[in-house]
Amino acid sequence: MAGTWGRFNVVALALGFAFLYLPIVLLVIYSFNESRLVTVWAGFSTKWYVAMLNNRGLMDAAWVTARVAFLSATIATVFGTMAAVALTRYTRFRGRLLFSGIVFAPLVMPEVITGLSLLLLFVAINFDRGFATVTIAHITFSMCFVAVVVQSRLITFDKSLEEAALDLGATPVKAFFQVTLPVILPAVIAGWMLAFTLSLDDLVIASFTSGPGATTLPMKIYSQVRLGVTPEINAVSTVLIGVVTVGVIVASLVNKRQEVLRQREAEIG
Amino acid sequence: MVRLFSMIGSRLVIAVPYLWLLVFFLVPFFIVFKISLSQTTIAMPPYLPVFGLEEGISGFIRNLRDLSFENYLWLFQDALYVNAYLSSLVIAAVSTLLTLLVGYPIAYGMARAPATLRPLLLMLIILPFWTSFLIRVYAWIGILKPEGLLNQFLFALGVIDEPLIILNTTSAVYIGIVYSYLPFMVLPLYAALEKMDYSLIEAAQDLGCPPLAAFWKITFPLSAPGVIAGCMLVFIPAVGEFVIPDLLGGSRTLMIGKTLWDEFFFNRDWPVSSAVAVVLLLILVVPIAYFQRAQARAREQES
Repeated sequence: MAGTWGRFNVVALALGFAFLYLPIVLLVIYSFNESRLVTVWAGFSTKWYVAMLNNRGLMDAAWVTARVAFLSATIATVFGTMAAVALTRYTRFRGRLLFSGIVFAPLVMPEVITGLSLLLLFVAINFDRGFATVTIAHITFSMCFVAVVVQSRLITFDKSLEEAALDLGATPVKAFFQVTLPVILPAVIAGWMLAFTLSLDDLVIASFTSGPGATTLPMKIYSQVRLGVTPEINAVSTVLIGVVTVGVIVASLVNKRQEVLRQREAEIG
Repeated sequence: MVRLFSMIGSRLVIAVPYLWLLVFFLVPFFIVFKISLSQTTIAMPPYLPVFGLEEGISGFIRNLRDLSFENYLWLFQDALYVNAYLSSLVIAAVSTLLTLLVGYPIAYGMARAPATLRPLLLMLIILPFWTSFLIRVYAWIGILKPEGLLNQFLFALGVIDEPLIILNTTSAVYIGIVYSYLPFMVLPLYAALEKMDYSLIEAAQDLGCPPLAAFWKITFPLSAPGVIAGCMLVFIPAVGEFVIPDLLGGSRTLMIGKTLWDEFFFNRDWPVSSAVAVVLLLILVVPIAYFQRAQARAREQES
């Protein structure tokens, strides 16, 4: 196979990855720029990171975002996993078609529609907008992403393992927690991470559903970007990119290690 | 007793996510529709009361009489909205095609890469998708500005004499969409191309078929499910995109997501923005339904 991996393919990949990564790399480099002008290099400096840490509004927004993301990702993972189990294990129940429809529709729904509709719901039931409403909104769309990730793992999961546990007298709940969950755990963790980053990233839905005192980091970044590009935003972006990159790499390494361990176990057993 | 518990358990597994999505995803659409029939007013919330039983039966009937499809007529009479819908569809379609053109060689290169390299390449495609969308769009402002990095680079090469104006044009929106949605295109394409049996190509070439013809007759048709899935995953959200046209497109780029945002946040006209959302949803229902059916069919084939 390696022989047929021709020059065309290598060039395509090199150009493709350059296109994907160059903007991010440039953004990171210019966060260390001495000059206020983002596009003129004037020497190395970490002063924008100091400015970022001293920016009270930015730090408050970061704290709100961290709490919303943690809470919404955790609840979304529970609900999303339940939805995935419901869709793969129970092939027949009333309203299943509608259910699978409303699980998959949020994945492609334009954010402006989701945001507007949730806002109108909160207004209609007189629910004050703020931390709680943003969290509810984030749970709603990210649980669907969790459901898709977990479902794709559940489909390939050997059902006979669970059935064996049931035959041996385990309750379905016990069978799920002791047999199924350990196997699908990597997908559940990936789902949590996806939900966390989606929440960390969301501007549109948060803008609609948030209220006073619950300004999230993307909302803050957006309002500053509209005023012009500043190295301070580059610094915030670099920190965010760093956190997410480290998280994804660690998770994939842990995942790989577990797979190796499992393979070894299988070979010994 | 155990059985009772397990029955309750299975009910709960279905009921909890189901109810949550009904309340926070489905019901809000009906509220949007309801408010789209109302009229704007200076109050909080800024629309006239719609059908509801708060004011008794007579109030219900009175409100019902006030309802109208006026907002929808307004949408179709004002060229602004019609143009915004049309230009959103055109921009989304063109960018989808561009994303396919950029994404296909990447997916193909990945699928033909040595098997040991593939997980790494896959990870490199997914990684940008994890980093903030807003930040990745923002990164392009510094590159595309008249005094930005792209123009500096082209100046240094001596290719141009005066700066290219890209930022705040439709071209910048195309670049932004292709860049942001590329992983959504590459992943399904890769999934389709990786499964392909490449000995078919060798057979075709042995029989004298030129490489390009072999590609159009074998590779491309076999990757069709990936092409469809990838295009849908780019096209549908791109139609309603807000961040990219707002930050890169400037004031002259007309897209419906931006129109809805302005209508809501600047004009504070909730009924009209609701009507805009309902029409957008009606436009997107067809591709969404098509996409879901294609996905369901693919899942069935797999299992």
